[in-house]
Amino acid sequence: MATVVNETTPAAGRKPVLLQGNEAVAEGAIAAGARFFAGYPITPSTEIAEVLSRRLPEVGGTFIQMEDEIASIAAVCGASLAGQKAFTATSGPGFSLMQEMIGFATMAQIPCVVVDVMRGGPSTGLPTEPAQGDVMQARWGTHGEHSVIALVPSSVEECYTLTIEAFNLSEQYRTPVILLSDALIGHMREAVVLPDPAALRIAERGMPDCDPAEYDTVTSTLDNILPRPPLGSPFRVHVTGLVYNRRSGTPDTSDPAAAADLGRYLREKIYHHRDAIVRVEEVEMDGAEVAIFAYGSVARSAMAVVREARAQGVRVGLVRPITLWPFPTAAVERMAEQVRTVIVPEMNIKQMSWEVQAAVKGKAKVVDYGRVDGKLITPDEIFELVKPEFYYHKWEER
Amino acid sequence: MSALVDEQRLEASPTGDDRLPRIKPHTTSQIRAHLRSAKTLWCPGCSNGTITRALVDAILGLDLDPERVVVVAGIGCSGRISAYLDYSTVHTAHGRALAVATGVKAADPSLHVIVAMGDGDSSAIGGNHFIHAARRNIDLTALVFNNSIYGMTGGQMSPTTHLGDKSTTSVHGSVEPAFDLCELAHAAGATYVARGTAWGYQQLVNVIAGGIAHAGFAMVEAMAVCPVYYGRFNLTADPAAFLRAQKEHAVPASQFDEGETRVRDRYPVGLLHHRERDEFVAALGQVREKASEGRHG
Amino acid sequence: MAEHARVEIRCSGSGGQGILLAAAIIAEAAAALGRHVVQTQSYGPEARGGASKAEVIISEGPIDYPEVQTPDVSLVLSQAAYHKYAGDTKPGGLLVYDSGLVELDPGDDRVVRCGLPFTAVAADELGKKVVTNIVALGALAAVSGILPVEAVRDAVLSRVPERFRELNEHAFGLGLRLGQEAEPVTSSAPQTA
Repeated sequence: MATVVNETTPAAGRKPVLLQGNEAVAEGAIAAGARFFAGYPITPSTEIAEVLSRRLPEVGGTFIQMEDEIASIAAVCGASLAGQKAFTATSGPGFSLMQEMIGFATMAQIPCVVVDVMRGGPSTGLPTEPAQGDVMQARWGTHGEHSVIALVPSSVEECYTLTIEAFNLSEQYRTPVILLSDALIGHMREAVVLPDPAALRIAERGMPDCDPAEYDTVTSTLDNILPRPPLGSPFRVHVTGLVYNRRSGTPDTSDPAAAADLGRYLREKIYHHRDAIVRVEEVEMDGAEVAIFAYGSVARSAMAVVREARAQGVRVGLVRPITLWPFPTAAVERMAEQVRTVIVPEMNIKQMSWEVQAAVKGKAKVVDYGRVDGKLITPDEIFELVKPEFYYHKWEER
Repeated sequence: MSALVDEQRLEASPTGDDRLPRIKPHTTSQIRAHLRSAKTLWCPGCSNGTITRALVDAILGLDLDPERVVVVAGIGCSGRISAYLDYSTVHTAHGRALAVATGVKAADPSLHVIVAMGDGDSSAIGGNHFIHAARRNIDLTALVFNNSIYGMTGGQMSPTTHLGDKSTTSVHGSVEPAFDLCELAHAAGATYVARGTAWGYQQLVNVIAGGIAHAGFAMVEAMAVCPVYYGRFNLTADPAAFLRAQKEHAVPASQFDEGETRVRDRYPVGLLHHRERDEFVAALGQVREKASEGRHG
Repeated sequence: MAEHARVEIRCSGSGGQGILLAAAIIAEAAAALGRHVVQTQSYGPEARGGASKAEVIISEGPIDYPEVQTPDVSLVLSQAAYHKYAGDTKPGGLLVYDSGLVELDPGDDRVVRCGLPFTAVAADELGKKVVTNIVALGALAAVSGILPVEAVRDAVLSRVPERFRELNEHAFGLGLRLGQEAEPVTSSAPQTA
């Protein structure tokens, strides 16, 4: 498993900078080659738009404040179809509005990135407070069978690096990718050492290497997802949200076989590559008897618990999904084989713990813990869940 | 229309409005060369084919490079135009065509972007996008197929269904007044507003061409014939009679009294509003220049 | 927690007192020294009047839990902020407050108190109340010893536009002297201005 750690140790030669999570998203997007942003102001994501309204024109890009979130993601789809790397950023209520066009982008296979800086909900909820209540909406928010990629940053540095990763994945798999930040990570400033721009791996969008006349005769396979030529090219593409023939792109709603072919393809083009897409950080899992499964800002509290427990000689580990969707089933299965208990603290009620439970298949006890008051789960709270699992251990005063 | 260079193509327009390009109609084989398919799912007697042809005629008449034409469509009967035209085409979601097109045009300003929508697309579910595209004065040509009803879903009322009109969701007669899409666009800031009819083919071609040539937000309302639903419920199920009714109802703009309210049976046609105002995508370009100067200068 | 030495600082006051800037400057000073640092702040309606806070955590090692729970150092610039936010200060921790604006509760002797007239100094000696936060930063740097004074001064100067450099340098210097001359109180008698 790939490992990305939110260490902020200064790297040789590069100076640490104090950066806000939302700023890091904006800068990461620019580093990834994004040159189009359309959005609508909403707390706690607004700084992303504010930074980009200044920065994008400086680098030859386009910033548009649209009339609402639906228009924002619609414009993003249009810009992406016209050949630009494009994205939007929002929070809960706006993310709900965007689901329609996330479905369109999924169906029409339009690369784009949607940043959702999660806040308490539903509805207007807790506009300035963090939550993790959108994790299932990220997976199933738009209607119909589909699959999705969602990444969850736990630090300001990851707001930068995972935004780049989100663009790379969206280009590679021609699909919308969702970055699930939250009000805490988005508004927090951290001293970070940004990677050397020259060392970044950036996925560029190519052109199909066939003759435009032959374009209708080629079809993407699971292992070779062809790039879509931009609008206004000799290929004269047709893009539709209807079920279409995968080869010609022609709408075809009367042939169940064509619908089945497309439906399965849209799912499998993500799931087939699950091993390449999914990233999980495992900390102190060597010999761990109890694991904490935590993501996003909550993973930081879990990390503090793991450090403290290990300092006391108690074998607790952390499994932190960086990719939340597709779900890291293999990592959870491995964890279930090893530990007797999995603790799932999250700032929602049981949303991911159900998923963990399904993957654990009864091989370990799953303890869920939810908080929906807009406050980050503290290390102390998680510790209280860990302690009973080591009833024989004499705990030191902390 | 100083923007039009091919003076050769211009001839006396039936409306005599010299602000409009006068496009010589093209042959069916010339039109067919711009279609992926001439087979459509539109009902017999539907005028969408006529309006589609008028659009192609205008594109041919303006001598646009078909490779650089992008048609962004909404959902409904009109939205299907995207599958038939042999340009780069996008069949978006219901009501979202203008918002998608805003992204297309801003990302690549050199494209000719035409937005095909129905009355529901443009003024109900997409009404917000409609007024804001007009306010921004973005260089798009919105072609609204107005049949005053939801055809694809089987004849429900729309915001352009008239007071008293029957539909499958206003079986006792609509209690809502209709939008005048042209005045709505004008009030919202559109800089080119025109109306044509399926009946007045040549005028329709000309007003569409004028809209495409106009550098700013152009709204062309094409009064469509829907004999199967709107006509059968409210006027006539006979397509020919419906077309003849259009001839009676359409009044040259010059003969329409200022301040007169458009009603179902009397509406002005031709170029209704035309003005020049800063265009949105050009303004974005200026922002880009200013920002990069600020950064490097 | 078994983290590396971790110092929590909470700056609080009312909107317009430059609380957020003060915290950001402390955070930038720490970042420039290569320390791990996290800075957070309160958002929303409370940031527009009423009591607001901005917090900094500085550590030699990675910072996991990013929120301040029991500040080692509290800087308080308003009475409302004192009541809302100062109570969490770690027993034996340091409370630096504006003695002209904050009246401590009788018997508040859990912490080391240092009241100094930041606002009055900014207004009277510099004629600019707007630099109250910088005066306070100078004093905080001197009294708390959380970061080298020079690092904080550099962070202040790198944050301000050239034309305000002199003013801020002066403000920081005045605060520094106030802090160096101050005598923090640890007894149960509240200090008076």
